[in-house]
Amino acid sequence: MRYRKTEIWKSVDWFTILLYTLMVIAGWFSICGASYAFDDVSFFDPSGRPGMQLIWIATSVAIIFVILMLESDFFEIFAYLIYAAVLALLIVTIFVAPNIKGSHSWLVIGSLRFQPAELAKFATALAVAKFMGGYGFQLTTLKNFSWVLLLIFLPMICILLQRETGSALVYFAFFLMLYREGMSGYILLIGVCAVLFFVTGMKYADVFVGETALGQFIVACLIGLITMALVWIERKDRFALKLMAGATVTVFGIGYVVSLFQPVNFAWLSIGLVLLFVGYLLYLSFHHWVWHYVLIALFAIGSLGFLFSVDYVFNDILEPHQQVRIKVSLGLEDDPSGAGYNVNQSKIAIGSGGLTGKGFLNGTQTKLKYVPEQDTDFIFCTVGEEQGFVGAAGVLLLFGLFILRLITLAERQDNVFGRVYGYSVASIFFFHLAINVGMVTGLTPVIGIPLPFFSYGGSSLWGFTTLLFIFLRLDASRKER
Amino acid sequence: MENKTKFELESRRFVLGGAVVALVLIFILRLFFLQVVENDYKAWADSNAFLKKTLYPSRGMMYDRTGRLLVYNQPAYDVMLVMREIQPFDTLDFCQILGITKEQFVKRIADIKNRRLNPGYSSYVPQLFMNQLSAQEYGVLQEKLYKFPGFYIQNRTIRQYEYPNAALVLGNIGEVNRKDIENDPYYTQGDYSGRTGIEQSYETYLRGVKGVEILLRDAHGRIKGRYEEGKHDVPPESGKNLKLSIDMELQAYGEKLMKNKLGGIVMIEPETGEILCMVSSPTYDPSILIGRQRGKNYAVLQKDPLKPLFNRPLMAQYPPGSTFKPTQGLIFLQEGVITPETTYTCAHGYTYRGGKPACHGHPSPLPLVGALATSCNSFFPWGLHDMIDSRKRYPTVQEAFDVWKDHLVSMGYGYKLGVDLPGEKRGFVPNSKFYDKYYRGRWNSSTVISIAIGQGEILATPLQICNLAATIANRGYFITPHVVKEIQDTPLDTLYTQRRYPTIQSQYYNYVAEGMRGAVEGTAWGATCRGAALPDIEVCGKTGTAENPHGKDHSIFMGFAPYHNAKVAISVFVENAGFGATYAVPIGKLMLEKYLKGEISEADQALEEAIANTVILPNNAL
Repeated sequence: MRYRKTEIWKSVDWFTILLYTLMVIAGWFSICGASYAFDDVSFFDPSGRPGMQLIWIATSVAIIFVILMLESDFFEIFAYLIYAAVLALLIVTIFVAPNIKGSHSWLVIGSLRFQPAELAKFATALAVAKFMGGYGFQLTTLKNFSWVLLLIFLPMICILLQRETGSALVYFAFFLMLYREGMSGYILLIGVCAVLFFVTGMKYADVFVGETALGQFIVACLIGLITMALVWIERKDRFALKLMAGATVTVFGIGYVVSLFQPVNFAWLSIGLVLLFVGYLLYLSFHHWVWHYVLIALFAIGSLGFLFSVDYVFNDILEPHQQVRIKVSLGLEDDPSGAGYNVNQSKIAIGSGGLTGKGFLNGTQTKLKYVPEQDTDFIFCTVGEEQGFVGAAGVLLLFGLFILRLITLAERQDNVFGRVYGYSVASIFFFHLAINVGMVTGLTPVIGIPLPFFSYGGSSLWGFTTLLFIFLRLDASRKER
Repeated sequence: MENKTKFELESRRFVLGGAVVALVLIFILRLFFLQVVENDYKAWADSNAFLKKTLYPSRGMMYDRTGRLLVYNQPAYDVMLVMREIQPFDTLDFCQILGITKEQFVKRIADIKNRRLNPGYSSYVPQLFMNQLSAQEYGVLQEKLYKFPGFYIQNRTIRQYEYPNAALVLGNIGEVNRKDIENDPYYTQGDYSGRTGIEQSYETYLRGVKGVEILLRDAHGRIKGRYEEGKHDVPPESGKNLKLSIDMELQAYGEKLMKNKLGGIVMIEPETGEILCMVSSPTYDPSILIGRQRGKNYAVLQKDPLKPLFNRPLMAQYPPGSTFKPTQGLIFLQEGVITPETTYTCAHGYTYRGGKPACHGHPSPLPLVGALATSCNSFFPWGLHDMIDSRKRYPTVQEAFDVWKDHLVSMGYGYKLGVDLPGEKRGFVPNSKFYDKYYRGRWNSSTVISIAIGQGEILATPLQICNLAATIANRGYFITPHVVKEIQDTPLDTLYTQRRYPTIQSQYYNYVAEGMRGAVEGTAWGATCRGAALPDIEVCGKTGTAENPHGKDHSIFMGFAPYHNAKVAISVFVENAGFGATYAVPIGKLMLEKYLKGEISEADQALEEAIANTVILPNNAL
């Protein structure tokens, strides 16, 4: 026992721990700034949020000790058990959790509240890692891939049923890990394209330039461009590429000349162009007897289909408040006192920080509670207002460094279990960072997920600490296994 | 899907790492745009967080020359409501107390909530529901206020008037309009500023300086305290009090005499140029233009055909008639056209032009003193003829005429005198160019002769005529007439303390004064102004009758008293009252008596009553 104890302090990655400590401390100061109200300076009083956060930090340190003291095999051995237990907890939560701001995700015991969804992340990561680390696992077989998806989607569905859409979306982060583990890049590409086309299509849905519907035009052009890029990446077919580029210039050239005399709908022109590409690719496919062209053609056709179904999805599948959130986030609706209020106030708070910020505890916007949820989901506002561009960019760099470090650590694992788990951790932090900061700076829709280590809350701090330190524990003993 | 090599998969970490770097770069760029490039957010943040609460100074008060309080501030009560705190209540009862209909109530609530009309609306912040409740209305509401949660009373001040007189001199205040706000950054929406009278001309002194209190306001509009303990707050500075030159008792007496007549009275202390009273008739009680009734009452006054808002002493331009004759005598003496001994003939009219203009019977020929005393219509035309038709003194009629005009301008005619009240008119004195244009360059004294007796093109305000009386009383100088005697802690503008000397030598005024004394006292040639005579006061006066193309002539009196070391100068105009001697002279006499003696002798009380009860109004007004 004694031998292993000294060993762990030597082999654990102190650089990551340093980054973690820096972020937790910065997070605590941000919470002080966010909850500070004038004369009240009792940051250590446990009745206030800074005081409570100190307790969460202290308990997190205890959790860290426990995790590091455990055998490294423990997690691999009990992965499924942990997964099953958490899943059961999630299901129970759906039924017993009271309604708190529309979500049923909090277990309330006395004065304590806990969100099991925060535990589900590391549990899912463990289970997926264990499954993928199994002997003879091949992600490319349909059966294995389906099992992985099932493992990921089960907790996600439970969380969706708890009406915590934001936390549920986090599970899409696992696809980044799957990509590293051999999933086709096209699945990722299709996912990214779907979001990109949807957002662009919606943003410019009602914008017309002359006869041209701008949304359709831009999306069709994007499809054309990606199609050409794919042809180049997959086949390096210079001739086909030149032909397609030539066709594009010709069609738009003629369209432009005609438009001088009578209105031309460039959206239809660009869609026609994409269809022309599809026909050409099918011809190439039969001519050279190569599958790739068909796949690319299918992508183009599918994208067009997606473009036209966006309206249907938006109006008939999404709920009204989700429609509004998306519209406001895309700048389609300008309602500073309604749904856009959060984003608007958050931008004002950050923007008013300027280059160097207003100084610790001097942020007027946060002090006066202009930004809703400012110590939880919108904590980044406080950083932006009080520490300015320098501080906020510093925090972002810290996060970037942190995630890159995690990727490096994951990559140096000797076994698949450790690597998959490491990539899952890195992907989850990446997703949280992207959505949270994107939301606070008004780039992405308002999806309520916390900023790791900064947002106030015991559940999320415990969840992220556990997630991270299990990986550090695995990494510390990677040589033994 | 084909299997990728281990190496291919390992290289995918660069794709993922690249994504991390790209994300951080995008966010940093976004932050750079929000925080460094875009500047509006700071201003938005300030307008979010800082509530700059204006602290209104109390407006300066006004006293009359004897120290009587005339205008002061009195609390009024605005009904405020906080939408958030309203609970169901008896709307009908509430409307009844405030004297409004249910529809008005509903509309007002809708207007408050309408962000287009009321951009600063917040359901947490008190909103103005109804302004300027009177003390009585306030009393009734106060008792029942507990029944209407969410409604509050906010104190503010409005103007209050101690006397129902001098409305046009004192002026009134009203809410500033958009133009005022554009012209003067001091004002903001909802401020009050002087709209007429002294309230307008002394606005910058009366209004004081606004203070500001910087409060911190939270997201719900609730006040969370003062910004940096009030370090940046500025206390308000009260407006300056004014002491007017007006004698309110005299003013009230003048208004009483002028009741049911159109016209005006101006009295000036010659030595100082202080206006003792400025009566315009008809007039109104200034207190009807305060409070919620202001708009309605103002509209009524505006529509009144007798024009009670028209400040006649300053704005009415009448032909001065015979009160103009002293100026002619002065000019002729100054230019050497006549000497005090020069006599002209009169045969029931201007003998040079076959008896036109006509005159009444009196001894002839007669010198200046006699001509003034009996108001001869021949003497002054002769003088004008000798001045401008003779080529001995001036090479052309034009040059001669412009010399004549320049003397008049120096006496305060033809241009605004510069009284410290808004709306003064300049009157009219033609110059040679005017007649050149009118008569195509061919004219002489005969063409324009009626100006020599104050008819024709000449126009003057009652103030200008009174100023002439003051100048004669001073024997050759005047001080620009003004109604404000003292401004608290501030010296008066030198315009109202410096003597202005017309281009006439002082000694010539003695002859004119003698003529005016003669008009009251009686001379060998006659006297037209005996009605102004007072026992033991040497009153000097001049009657006038202004021809009025629209109806009966206007009756005019101009005078001063006593003959030496005059204490007061006066001009009286009564529209459509016929000869000057009929109404203007007795009114002038009573005013002089009132001011100089403090009371009306028993002998004159019957006259006072008769005058006060006389109605001289245009037929269509009755």
